[in-house]
Amino acid sequence: MLKSLQIEPEKCTGCLQCELACSYHHEGVFNPSKSRIKVFTFHHEGRFAPYTCTQCAEAWCLHTCPVEAITVNLTTGAKEVAVEQCVGCKVCTIACPFGTINYQVETGKVAKCDLCGGDPECAKACPTSAITYVDAEQTGYQRMRAHAAQSIKSL
Amino acid sequence: MAWTGNVLRVNLTERTCSKEPLNKDWALSYLGQRGLATKYLTEEIDPKIDALSPDNKLIMATGPLTGTPASTAGRYSVITKSPLTGTVACSNSGGFIGMEFKNAGWDMIIFEGKASSPVYLYLENEKAQLLPADEIWGQSVWQADEWLHNRHQDPLLRIAAVGRSAEQGCLFSGIINDLHRTAGRSGVGTVMASKNLKAVAVRGTRGVGNIKDPVAFMQAVNAGKKVLAEGPVTAEGLPTYGTQVLMNVINEVGAMPTRNFKDVQFEGAAKISAEAMHEPRPSDGKPNLVTNAACFGCTIACGRISTIAGGHFTITNKPQYRGASGGLEYEAAWALGSDTGVDDLDALTYVNFLCNEDGMDPISLGSTIAAAMELYESGAITIEQTGGIELKFGSAEALVKLTELTAKGEGFGREIGLGSKRLCEKYGRPELSMTVKGQEFPAYDPRGIQGMGLAYATSNRGACHLRGYTVSSEIMGLPEKTDPLITDGKAALVKAFQDATAAVDSAGLCVFSTFSWTMADIAPQIAAACDGDWTVDSLLETGERIWNLERKFNLDAGLTGADDNLPERLLKEAAKTGPAKGKVNDLAKMLPEYYQLRGWTADGIPKAETLSRLSV
Repeated sequence: MLKSLQIEPEKCTGCLQCELACSYHHEGVFNPSKSRIKVFTFHHEGRFAPYTCTQCAEAWCLHTCPVEAITVNLTTGAKEVAVEQCVGCKVCTIACPFGTINYQVETGKVAKCDLCGGDPECAKACPTSAITYVDAEQTGYQRMRAHAAQSIKSL
Repeated sequence: MAWTGNVLRVNLTERTCSKEPLNKDWALSYLGQRGLATKYLTEEIDPKIDALSPDNKLIMATGPLTGTPASTAGRYSVITKSPLTGTVACSNSGGFIGMEFKNAGWDMIIFEGKASSPVYLYLENEKAQLLPADEIWGQSVWQADEWLHNRHQDPLLRIAAVGRSAEQGCLFSGIINDLHRTAGRSGVGTVMASKNLKAVAVRGTRGVGNIKDPVAFMQAVNAGKKVLAEGPVTAEGLPTYGTQVLMNVINEVGAMPTRNFKDVQFEGAAKISAEAMHEPRPSDGKPNLVTNAACFGCTIACGRISTIAGGHFTITNKPQYRGASGGLEYEAAWALGSDTGVDDLDALTYVNFLCNEDGMDPISLGSTIAAAMELYESGAITIEQTGGIELKFGSAEALVKLTELTAKGEGFGREIGLGSKRLCEKYGRPELSMTVKGQEFPAYDPRGIQGMGLAYATSNRGACHLRGYTVSSEIMGLPEKTDPLITDGKAALVKAFQDATAAVDSAGLCVFSTFSWTMADIAPQIAAACDGDWTVDSLLETGERIWNLERKFNLDAGLTGADDNLPERLLKEAAKTGPAKGKVNDLAKMLPEYYQLRGWTADGIPKAETLSRLSV
């Protein structure tokens, strides 16, 4: 079963445990600025929103890469950057409509979410289940269920 | 390890920034943050100096766990000599800036001297610069925050700043970071402003690594997170209701100081409680509370984000206060509410916003206004002196007006900015000041919670709940229940809480974690991250060492055992209602035993063998 990250912003408290887990897994240090998932705080609205790559089926980053450094992991569906191949041209960062692939100055390469090989650290670290890793064909399941629960109340 | 090993020394007089290595021997004895920075302070300043002179230093310090995923490890502290109390000051804050300091590569920043004109520190990893702050001097923290983000074109900058109250000399001004988190108590913001230092803006991208045993560390961290996720207070009470979960509880046990401690129960408590913050309000059908919010790395998330009801008198023609911002914590709701007799939730939320916007400690502000109300009602202050404000208990209008004036240092607000002790002395009624060592009480009446009386009297920064929170045991039964109305065993309880808290603070953790964690949950996290031998016992000894070091600073500053006291009202006027009816605080029964357990003389001076045992 192919899985997807599912993000429910209304559950997020803005603690950044996901950013710590992501950066530690990928970089070996706790460093929010190197995280591939970001939590955005909208202070005056009192809202937090984690955001990361949705792993587009037709991934523009992948199609636009001139050196074919971005490939599909057939097990997880993640679009992964082959670091040794990446030349740091940044075209993918322009192509991505969501801004979720970014250049790293220290390495001269781009970095993006790779679903940690099928066991995403951000989802495991999230204390409120705002980030979960679920059946890719059922990402609407919980929301549907909540609406279904609403509808039986009026029966 | 876990420390970055780097200290930034900023000489404001000379306008220089220099890097020096952290004293590792001291780190192994004092851990970090509160303990370690106090060690630096005591080594570098004469305790007798004037706190607002350039001779004072101000240290912003992280703990070894700050910036790691250990839950609640986002804290930093500001350590200096307090202008409010004349004692050592250590004010702790959450939010995100502590993590950012660490990511920029610094364990602590030591500010010394005084700039000849307003400046701010801009810190980007190794790069440290003092830049002119003339344009934001005279502006609120929120305005300064916006200006700094725009000027550096960097939305990711983390900012700590002082507001107009600090610039105007209000003695209980804090340092606000991340818009609504505060190193709040004892006037640390007043010291910062006295140095012409308006703000610190920091961006760190280096990461926090250098963990001694990463595998053991992650195991300990995950085990710790699990304990917090299963503890009733940290998993349910605090996320849902915040610290405000206590409002109705403390009122019911008759330990809710009301109208400047004249009463111990507040008839309006339910209207300003956590439960009230969840209730949809008539004006817009939305509750006061928008969401809970976490500080960095915290899996509890007790923070409150609130709005003020549209149409409320406080925000007429003030669109800037219509969005969400930091909402009421229990201490603020109590001080601004019960202690002044005001039960208008929206007015309290507005006043809380102003405390954040201009950096005032809401506990000291509310308590001082409460004292002023009693002075006014007893005729010691006249309406001419207040500038036409009818300073009566229960008046939301008076509370709001005085807060606005104190925020800007105008009118009678300048006198409120003196704090309760100086205000009551000035108007000839010193006995009406509800303070210890010049600092205002927090939200627990020691007639109904006996141990807190001893905790207040002996706190090294004046009246404070965060130095030894025996409420946890006496009311909540954590880690085990003791009777709040008796004094037996309280000396040992207070000492145990004081020592443990000093260690928790110094690690960079939040004391709220201890509603579920014991030291046995904390020690493995520190031990896996840091060099040194960190066990439950060594952490408690470290806490005791820190406590004695702070005590020594205060004694050297000129305080004596006679300052370990409570206002007469709490020792002689019995509680009128509730379970504590007829009780006063029996401090005299607890204090001698406490001194003895501490290894201090009958006059409260640490014995030579005690200091030697602890290597202070």
